[in-house]
Amino acid sequence: MSRARADEEEYWHSSKFRAFTFDDEDDELSQLKESKRAVNSLRDIVDDDDDDLEKVSWSGDPVGSISWSIKETASSSTSSLESRDSSLQKGYSSYSAFPKQASSYSLSSLFKGRNKLPSFQSLSDALSDTGVKNYAPELRRPKAEYKDYSSDWSPKDTVRRMQRGKVCSLERFRSLQDKLVLLDEAVAGHDGNIITAVLIFLKRTLRKEILFQELEVRQVALCHLIHFLKETGEQKLLLDLLRFLDRTEEVALSQYREHLNIQDVEKRREFLKGCIGLPFSAEDTSHVQDHYTLLERQIIIEANDRHLETAGQSEIFRKYPRKASILNMPLVTTLFYSCFYHYTEAEGTFSSPTNLKKTFKIPDKQYVLTALAARAKLRAWNDVDALFTTKNWLGYTKKKAPIGFHRVVEILQRNNAPVQVLQEYVRLVEDVETQLNLATKYKCHDVVIDTYRDLKDRIQLAAYRCKVERGSAEEEKIDSILNNTQIRWKN
Amino acid sequence: MAFAGRRDAPEPPDFAILKRLARDQLIYLLEQLPGRKDLFIEADLMSPLDRIANVSILKQHEVDKLYKVENRPTSSTSDQFCFLVRPRIKTMKYIADIINADKMAGRSRKYKIIFSPQKFYACEMVLEEEGVFGDVSCDEWSFYLLPLDDDIISMELPEFFRDYFLEGDHRWINCVARALQLLNSLYGPFSKAYGIGRCAKMSYELWRDLEEESESDSQGRKPEIGNVFLMDRDTDYVTALCSQVVYEGLVDDTFRIKCGSVDFGPDVTSSDKSIKVLLNSQDKVFSQIRNEHFSSVFGFLSQKSRNLQAQYDRRRGMDIKQMKNFVSQELKGLKQEHRLLSLHIGACESIMKKKTKQDFQEMIKTEHSLLEGFDIRESTSFIEEHIDRQVSPIESLRLMCLLSITENGLIPKDYRSLKTQYLQSYGPEHLLTFHNLKRIGLLTEQSPGETLTAVESKVSKLVTDRAAAHGEPGCRRHGAHPQRWCPSCAQGCYKPGTWLFPWGWQDREALLPLLFQSQEKSQMRLILWPGRAIFEA
Repeated sequence: MSRARADEEEYWHSSKFRAFTFDDEDDELSQLKESKRAVNSLRDIVDDDDDDLEKVSWSGDPVGSISWSIKETASSSTSSLESRDSSLQKGYSSYSAFPKQASSYSLSSLFKGRNKLPSFQSLSDALSDTGVKNYAPELRRPKAEYKDYSSDWSPKDTVRRMQRGKVCSLERFRSLQDKLVLLDEAVAGHDGNIITAVLIFLKRTLRKEILFQELEVRQVALCHLIHFLKETGEQKLLLDLLRFLDRTEEVALSQYREHLNIQDVEKRREFLKGCIGLPFSAEDTSHVQDHYTLLERQIIIEANDRHLETAGQSEIFRKYPRKASILNMPLVTTLFYSCFYHYTEAEGTFSSPTNLKKTFKIPDKQYVLTALAARAKLRAWNDVDALFTTKNWLGYTKKKAPIGFHRVVEILQRNNAPVQVLQEYVRLVEDVETQLNLATKYKCHDVVIDTYRDLKDRIQLAAYRCKVERGSAEEEKIDSILNNTQIRWKN
Repeated sequence: MAFAGRRDAPEPPDFAILKRLARDQLIYLLEQLPGRKDLFIEADLMSPLDRIANVSILKQHEVDKLYKVENRPTSSTSDQFCFLVRPRIKTMKYIADIINADKMAGRSRKYKIIFSPQKFYACEMVLEEEGVFGDVSCDEWSFYLLPLDDDIISMELPEFFRDYFLEGDHRWINCVARALQLLNSLYGPFSKAYGIGRCAKMSYELWRDLEEESESDSQGRKPEIGNVFLMDRDTDYVTALCSQVVYEGLVDDTFRIKCGSVDFGPDVTSSDKSIKVLLNSQDKVFSQIRNEHFSSVFGFLSQKSRNLQAQYDRRRGMDIKQMKNFVSQELKGLKQEHRLLSLHIGACESIMKKKTKQDFQEMIKTEHSLLEGFDIRESTSFIEEHIDRQVSPIESLRLMCLLSITENGLIPKDYRSLKTQYLQSYGPEHLLTFHNLKRIGLLTEQSPGETLTAVESKVSKLVTDRAAAHGEPGCRRHGAHPQRWCPSCAQGCYKPGTWLFPWGWQDREALLPLLFQSQEKSQMRLILWPGRAIFEA
């Protein structure tokens, strides 16, 4: 008991699942608050952004009025011109110079203008005391943006400004030390967007070996770079990075993933062939090998069958035209296909089911399920029969299945097997109760009647009499059993 | 959620404000590109957009034609293009291709990109690299929260789970912080915040940062939301991996609830067209059965239809005046109810059909065994057969993950054999899926020598509330609830929603961070699960 308790304690204290109250960290928080206040007061001196928040207030024109939109167009077009100039000047880092047009008018000022409209009364009430700036995007001030280039923000403030969507040049972070401090600040800021932005800058300004080395001890940043490279499709650099980190399995998987982008099957096959030698785990190597072999087979089968189908010589293709090509289908689907169209072929051909079974070491269970579904679909009941018949050394035949016979019955029933076929397999279900249920459900009267007779259950048998057709052979059978004086009924 | 029946529950805050905010900002942004324009919308923004605006609103603001963002050259002849998109690299490349094609053809147009909910530096970098940076104007549509029901709000960020939990990318945390800021400013101030997990902590810290900076004055307001709970999705995978057994959950499983609405196909509507139905507490039939165990839904529906019949029958023997009254006052309501009833009955039939095919009973049994830790071999072979018969790739993986989590990883032999059979049944490329699942810890191999005792105690935490089995009212998943993390789990108010699958199959919207809150003793609370974030309480 105490042991369990201890485990429990440990569990809840293990770092991952620890519950915390944010308010517990008052000390840290108040410290943070203070420094932030200091920073904020500084900002008032250096930057007059915030003052302008009040000045640029919305004129009060209803949204969509012509004068308003014309004014808007004018201002937005000039600002985009300016930004283009600055982007020329600043080259790469110009992304931060991009004007925030959305921000020029805050959302809340929009509502302020609408205050007079009665329909918005409740909304503006709700907003009036929340403080306009709360969710309002920042205001755009192209003039101030120029000033930013010269200003000397600390790494922390730089990150903070970027987080708020403000303009900040990273160009002045030139020493490795500065770059790393900037990166660490970005990570501490928890905003992945900024972390990636800083990484893009580092990637551009550092030799990759140096960058990789520094990232190795900065796991969060490393994840961001890997994800960024995956997204932008910079495969080569990604592989270099993974190799540098000695993550050979990821190197292999990442290369293997590329096959998904190759549409042409021949090219895809070639590509997969090249993948076989990659440093996968032993297990995955065989999966990739199988993948290659499977596609190779499918190409051969597809070419062959398309020819057969167009020639119109083969009866099975005429009767059941193919709905789709077999290329790039899973193995089991391929097996189903081959059980459907090529069941009787000798093992030597690539398309024969036995060949597939052998080549890919398909377990009996999976093979039987698939073959059964395919042959039942064709209503080839003899094949179904053969699938489960085994001969022992004395020559006696016996029915055996690697799957439960209740499953066999279900698959047969779904393919509308006739009662005669169905009841043969219902009889093979081992559990009497399941057998009775299935037999009743699928109206295998003979089985039900025999089972009740064997159970010596007269009442149930008599009750079942009303479920069979009047004057049918089954009714007769029930009557003769019920009249049989030899049977010692249990009830 | 939707606990209309609780008398001590306070009125939920008016979340419709969020919709109005989003709509008005969108209109404002559209006005930023005056004149007629064609609007290109990212596929997964369409359903959310539908919930807050409609075509006529867009038309009013000079949107001419609507297109879906897809990898095809456009045939539009408009002079102005507006793209309403997610901040995705792929989409940026698509837009850049359009602009560059226009440049080659010597055609000049105006382009505007509206990012929802925010833009990323990486996106701007792509625009710059493609040489179209100066040709487009960019804006952000701060559409962080979409109310789906009276007490459910969703962030609609399909990538959150994968990006954070699989890739370790923190880029959506800012959105969570902004969403909190928005909620705090509209319905706060929050009195206390609790959290579990790293993502929760980071979101909280970022939000505090934002609050400090804005230094809003919300003193003296009566908060509509009291406490906030933030929880990482990975603190509890089990709940998400268990089958859903209440009506709403099964509707979601069968038809997929998107943004609170569902498409009922011809087999449900018993006509030749499908109908889009909004599923929320406004639907009088749905609101009564959504939280009920599926087995009790039939009884309810048949009772309901008998009542309806009786009400219709009353019209016999009415005189003219009564009849007039009846037609003018009751008939419309009855007709509406009739329509809803027949839809939900049709849906039940479809669910039954599908679930019988999938051996639902056996599946539930298997899940129970897994949660309680017995008959592991039997469960494993059930899963195996499920895979062999190609029943459903998602369900197969779900069961495997449940097996892995409850057993603290699969026995190496089982792992190999199940994996091999899975690849054979559903395609060899799922090699990558298995790798991802292993990385995220959802489907792992037991390391040799690991004892079960640690596992048992870990799992027993999750299975404390086993009573949540069949038939118990209000329980959304048949499995166990991690009571410890969630004060209201006892009332079983999980969002039935969506499974949690990180590998990004489109049809599983499981990864939607959902925000939802509910009530408890006159105190409104909010719970956030980053990564399928459910805010609840």
